[in-house]
Amino acid sequence: MAKIDIDHVFKTYAGGAQAVRDVSISIRDGEFIVLVGPSGCGKSTLLRMVAGLEEISAGEVRIGGRLVNNVEPAERDIAMVFQNYALYPHMSVRQNLAYGLKNRGTPKPEIEARVAEAARMLELEPYLDRKPRALSGGQRQRVAMGRAIVRHPAAFLFDEPLSNLDAKLRVTMRGEIKRLQRRLGTTSLYVTHDQLEAMTLADRLVVLNKGEIEQIGTPLEIYHEPASTFVASFIGSPAMNLLQGRSTENGFAIGPDLWRLATGPLDDAAITIGFRPEDVTFTRDMRAGPEFLLDYVEELGAQKLVHGTVGGQAVSATATAEFQPQESMRLTVPEHRIFLFSTATGKRLRTPITPMQPAGDFSPVKA
Amino acid sequence: MKRAQFSSSLLPYLFLAPQLAVIFIFFYWPSAEAIRSSFFLEDPFGFGSTFVGFQNYIDTLTSPEYLGIAAFTALFTVLVTFFSLAAGLLLAVKADKVIRGSSAYKTLLISVYAIAPPVAGLIGMMFFDQHIGPFVRLAALFGWEMKVGLNYWDTTFAMVFVAVWKQIPYNFIFFLSGLQSIPASVLEAAVIDCRNGLRRFWTVLAPLLTPTAFFLLIINFTYALFDTFGVIDVMVKDKAANNPITLTYKVYMDGFRGNDLGGSSAQSVILMVVVLVLTVFQFRFLERRVHYG
Ligand SMILES: Nc1ncnc2c1ncn2[C@@H]1O[C@H](COP(=O)(O)OP(=O)(O)OP(=O)(O)O)[C@@H](O)[C@H]1O
Ligand SMILES: [Mg+2]
Repeated sequence: MAKIDIDHVFKTYAGGAQAVRDVSISIRDGEFIVLVGPSGCGKSTLLRMVAGLEEISAGEVRIGGRLVNNVEPAERDIAMVFQNYALYPHMSVRQNLAYGLKNRGTPKPEIEARVAEAARMLELEPYLDRKPRALSGGQRQRVAMGRAIVRHPAAFLFDEPLSNLDAKLRVTMRGEIKRLQRRLGTTSLYVTHDQLEAMTLADRLVVLNKGEIEQIGTPLEIYHEPASTFVASFIGSPAMNLLQGRSTENGFAIGPDLWRLATGPLDDAAITIGFRPEDVTFTRDMRAGPEFLLDYVEELGAQKLVHGTVGGQAVSATATAEFQPQESMRLTVPEHRIFLFSTATGKRLRTPITPMQPAGDFSPVKA
Repeated sequence: MKRAQFSSSLLPYLFLAPQLAVIFIFFYWPSAEAIRSSFFLEDPFGFGSTFVGFQNYIDTLTSPEYLGIAAFTALFTVLVTFFSLAAGLLLAVKADKVIRGSSAYKTLLISVYAIAPPVAGLIGMMFFDQHIGPFVRLAALFGWEMKVGLNYWDTTFAMVFVAVWKQIPYNFIFFLSGLQSIPASVLEAAVIDCRNGLRRFWTVLAPLLTPTAFFLLIINFTYALFDTFGVIDVMVKDKAANNPITLTYKVYMDGFRGNDLGGSSAQSVILMVVVLVLTVFQFRFLERRVHYG
């Protein structure tokens, strides 16, 4: 058990591709950190630099206070769980679990005790003498977990350990990983591109985009206070609605439509409005909000997902199962659930929003 | 399980016929002929032959010359097999490190295979040319006057060297593709589990390479015994008497130069039996240690 400090770390691959840029994270002892981001954003690269499988181009990594930039992977006191499990195919489950301990000169009775303990925890006892090829995907995954657990390392590193499993097993194993990590209290760094996995597992989430940290925070902080359009669209399902428009004295112009909201002073007239599908309500009051034109409806059982457009831009909203959508409706969102972003940078604008008095049907609407 | 059935019982034999014919004409027939003629004493001038029973076998196996050549063949085979496997493996391990993830190198290295064996054989011979051979000159620098074709041990050295040299590309390619088929993540897991590279090699890499190694062992063994004929022929030229030769070469010498067809046939039958026994032995006892992934 140890804290991990990642300090201004860069990775430049041969050929000049910069996969990780100026990343700093300090991970507390026992914390479960999830690195999340789209494919190719540098999650694996960062994790592998902590593991020692990839050289650190610049910056420092400390595990338990010890600088490990030039320390061999085997000496970093970490254990890694790989996406394809990476079990040794020629060894039995028992030998797979014992291999790392044997190489470290752990006494035999101690190895046996630890293997037995891990096998019990992961319900692997019936399979100890089988070869990996005679196990199911879920069982192999548990052996990979077991191989990490027996070592009692300072930290667990996971690189998408569940993505080769089917949907149902993934949910079960997700719970099991969380339970084990709580019980052992081992600092963990977990890579995934599945935002649901990220939300449910993490103490803190690190959202990466093109090799840089976009935001660090607890799952709820990131859900409720996204720092950029990238985070807003990546975290939460269905994704947040983002509408590009301009700020005018009468409200937000979204295409030909006008949304009567007032903001504090803005540097930038070109802004993006964000709101979550679950915060949308529909009304027929012509003055309540912009016009929503219905495209299609997805039935999810308990809820339905209503898809349409506002000013020509796609918007989706969740509604109750009983809701009867119309071809044309007005859309409203509580103003404290509306986020403003700069269209140019994608960064969140910290500006209060207030609804404007409806102008009345007779006053000309100027967009 | 349902099996496809031929409606006519003749049809499958018809399909097999070309293959069976090839095996029969080029293997069973000559073998049977060799066994038959090994029991006869052929007149050197072609005037008939006399049945002599096991006399050819007895003569062969009691000849000190034959036993000496057999001992040399064993030594030669072991040396060639060992060094060509070891060199191929060493090069493959080094190359594997470089080309993991870079396919340009891979294509380049694989193309070695396409041109190598004949060209490599030629280059190997040139190494030991009495006048222009760089190896002979190199040896001269150390005061070693190499006389390939004249000095027994110099010839042995050159023969082993060229035979190994010719076989390395073949072993290299097979070991390399064996190494490449080991998933990178398994090797990375091993790097985390074991800090000692040599230990890692013997506990993870080597066991995963055993299918390739086993296959190559049998191939190299057969190569050293039979396929080195050309190398030996060039080196000993017509002076086989005081030069090292293998059993295969002796079969040729006695049969075609000495016109002792009966003795030569007896030798090839003995050789056949030895290879058969060794191959069975390899499959029975070594294959148990092979891990098929
Ligand atoms: N060995 C390498 N040489 C050059 N570039 C590389 C190498 N490995 C990765 N990259 C590049 O670095 C970037 C980050 O790769 P990385 O594997 O870390 O992505 P990732 O976030 O793990 O993606 P995924 O979710 O698909 O696994 C990618 O653009 C990739 O092309
Ligand atoms: Mg990855």
